[in-house]
Amino acid sequence: MSRAVVSVVVAVAALLSLSGAGVFAQDPIKIGVIQPLSGPVAASGNYVRMGAEIARDWINARGGVLGKQVQLLIEDNKSDPKEAATAAEKLIVKDKVPVIVGAWGSSMTLAAMPKLEEYGVPMIVETSSAASITKRGNPWVFRLSPPSEMEALGLEKYLKDFGIKKADFLAVNTDWGRGSVGAFGDLLKRSGASVGAVEYMDQAATDMNAQITKVKAGSADTLFLTTSVEQITLVLKQAQEQRLTRKVITTGGSSSPSQLIKQAGAAAEGSYHILFFLPWFPEAMPDGKLAKAFVDEWAKRGHPFEGLTEGFRGHDGVLTAVEGVRLAGKADPKAVQEALWKVNVMGLNGPIKFEKDGPAGKESGQSKPSIFIVQVKDGKIALPAFAAKK
Amino acid sequence: MDQLLQHLLNGLLLGATYSLLGIGLTLVFGLMSVVNFAHGEFYTLGAYAAFAALMVASVHFFLAIPLAIVVGAAAGAVCERGLLRPLRGQSIDTVMLVMIGLWIAMQNAELLGWGGVAKSVPTPFPTQPLVLGPVSVAPLRVFVFVVSAALILGAHLLLARTKLGRAMRATFQDRETAALMGVSIERIHTVTFAFGAGLAAAAGALLGPVFLLYPSMGDLASLKAFSVVILGGLGNFAGAALGGLVLGVAEELGAGYVSSGYRDAVGFLMIVAVLLLRPSGLFARAERVG
Repeated sequence: MSRAVVSVVVAVAALLSLSGAGVFAQDPIKIGVIQPLSGPVAASGNYVRMGAEIARDWINARGGVLGKQVQLLIEDNKSDPKEAATAAEKLIVKDKVPVIVGAWGSSMTLAAMPKLEEYGVPMIVETSSAASITKRGNPWVFRLSPPSEMEALGLEKYLKDFGIKKADFLAVNTDWGRGSVGAFGDLLKRSGASVGAVEYMDQAATDMNAQITKVKAGSADTLFLTTSVEQITLVLKQAQEQRLTRKVITTGGSSSPSQLIKQAGAAAEGSYHILFFLPWFPEAMPDGKLAKAFVDEWAKRGHPFEGLTEGFRGHDGVLTAVEGVRLAGKADPKAVQEALWKVNVMGLNGPIKFEKDGPAGKESGQSKPSIFIVQVKDGKIALPAFAAKK
Repeated sequence: MDQLLQHLLNGLLLGATYSLLGIGLTLVFGLMSVVNFAHGEFYTLGAYAAFAALMVASVHFFLAIPLAIVVGAAAGAVCERGLLRPLRGQSIDTVMLVMIGLWIAMQNAELLGWGGVAKSVPTPFPTQPLVLGPVSVAPLRVFVFVVSAALILGAHLLLARTKLGRAMRATFQDRETAALMGVSIERIHTVTFAFGAGLAAAAGALLGPVFLLYPSMGDLASLKAFSVVILGGLGNFAGAALGGLVLGVAEELGAGYVSSGYRDAVGFLMIVAVLLLRPSGLFARAERVG
């Protein structure tokens, strides 16, 4: 008798918690998001935010997680590492979030990482590429984006098709840019090609003519370009002004080629871009249906198409964070950290599953994302002939 | 040799834009003793005003630039009347703090109004470069160079040769005497600040199409403007014009022959050297406007 009463009460409670009334009566599950919403790389950060909001709305439409709605607390790191650390501390101490998604740039992520360790809160790293992020022995870091080394390996199978003999590098002067130069430089040296000029630019710099003049004086056939879409636009335009003829390959996946075509015009023609999401060919993605739905939803919200190659990161970041909370069974940072190791979901980029990386005993999580390459051809995005074959 | 020529050309083109940024700042400081931390924001305002004129009101490119200057000057006049006039006679520190506040407020207003995503401004100039022997240059940059030079010269002539310029100089040299001579002091304050803001807006309208527009674009512009003003000597009009060219060429050669990673450091090292060796600026003997 009493057992029957208990089970009825439990069933009613469960039903209530799933219904609208129950949802509003409960505190939502808070997910912290740190992105550059202003400053020199603001475009990318805003696109990631838009993707994160789509993931939140989809999850909430399916009933949320643990019977609660998901709420995003979005902080602006102003493209500045110091602000990223402050934002992490605010989200952890004041808002008491169990998990964070962030912080776009490698330097920003690296600056926020000590706060994760200090307070014991996990962070899903959605964009940053510097190898050091998962090598520092910070067990609170779970990265979805590929480190530059992994990206270089993704390019390796196409190296013969590119026919690179000597390559120059132009990179943003941050942990990301410097890490990328190292990784792709090693790849070239391994495969018998040589490295020419290595030039850097400040994150906020707008005039790269000096670097381009210097690159032009050398004899390389290819230019590896690692920076945000804003600077890629300027470099391509200024390279055109100086009649620099090089095969350009951008790395890091933040080149938004559609935006380049819009803003750099003919200067973008022929350039190659390493990407992790292909909104032009959603059906070619590992989960074609999901990718198609995301591209459609993005358009429905009136977001600019060119933001999709960045926006998918926000979706996958929030999806992973929420899955961590679901597997943990509670919104507790330590429990979420342990649960993240068990995550196995299909994101827009492909399957998300963390493997251990970094010093033994204090490993960070690193997922193995899919890596693609596209080319700007006749003012449109195309799969290069060699990539389409493979 | 070809490389050196291209570096020098790049440096001069870049330097002319630095000069244009610097003169408005040095003018306001030299005449009014106001350290205008919001200078870069008037630059941003000019860039967005030109963008709005082009894209929203679809006026012609060449008309959008003077429109942007008018918007910048009008905003400068409003700031002077609303913020600086009530502070007349206060210490320079108080005014500085207010200007820092204005900087932050304006930048956030731009972020709110335009969003953080960079915008590019279309121009009627062809994208194919002009080729001059071993060097090449975009037609747009030549246009910007010529207009910058004309604006700098025009500003100089206005200050040195016109009645208004004389009234401006007189007001800030000796307020009471100027007033006794029939100069409307309050009006001169407003006009001078509007003039400086208009020059910053002109720089923004000219450089916006060369680079990209985003709300924090004024920070870099401010930084360069302050560098130029220190190089040329605070308040030294000709010094700022020359200082801009020196800074542009130094940065370019530093990046080309030393290290591009330390490009901005080259400029700052030069400033440190100038402050140590010639604290009143590289061109201290040139005539001061103030």
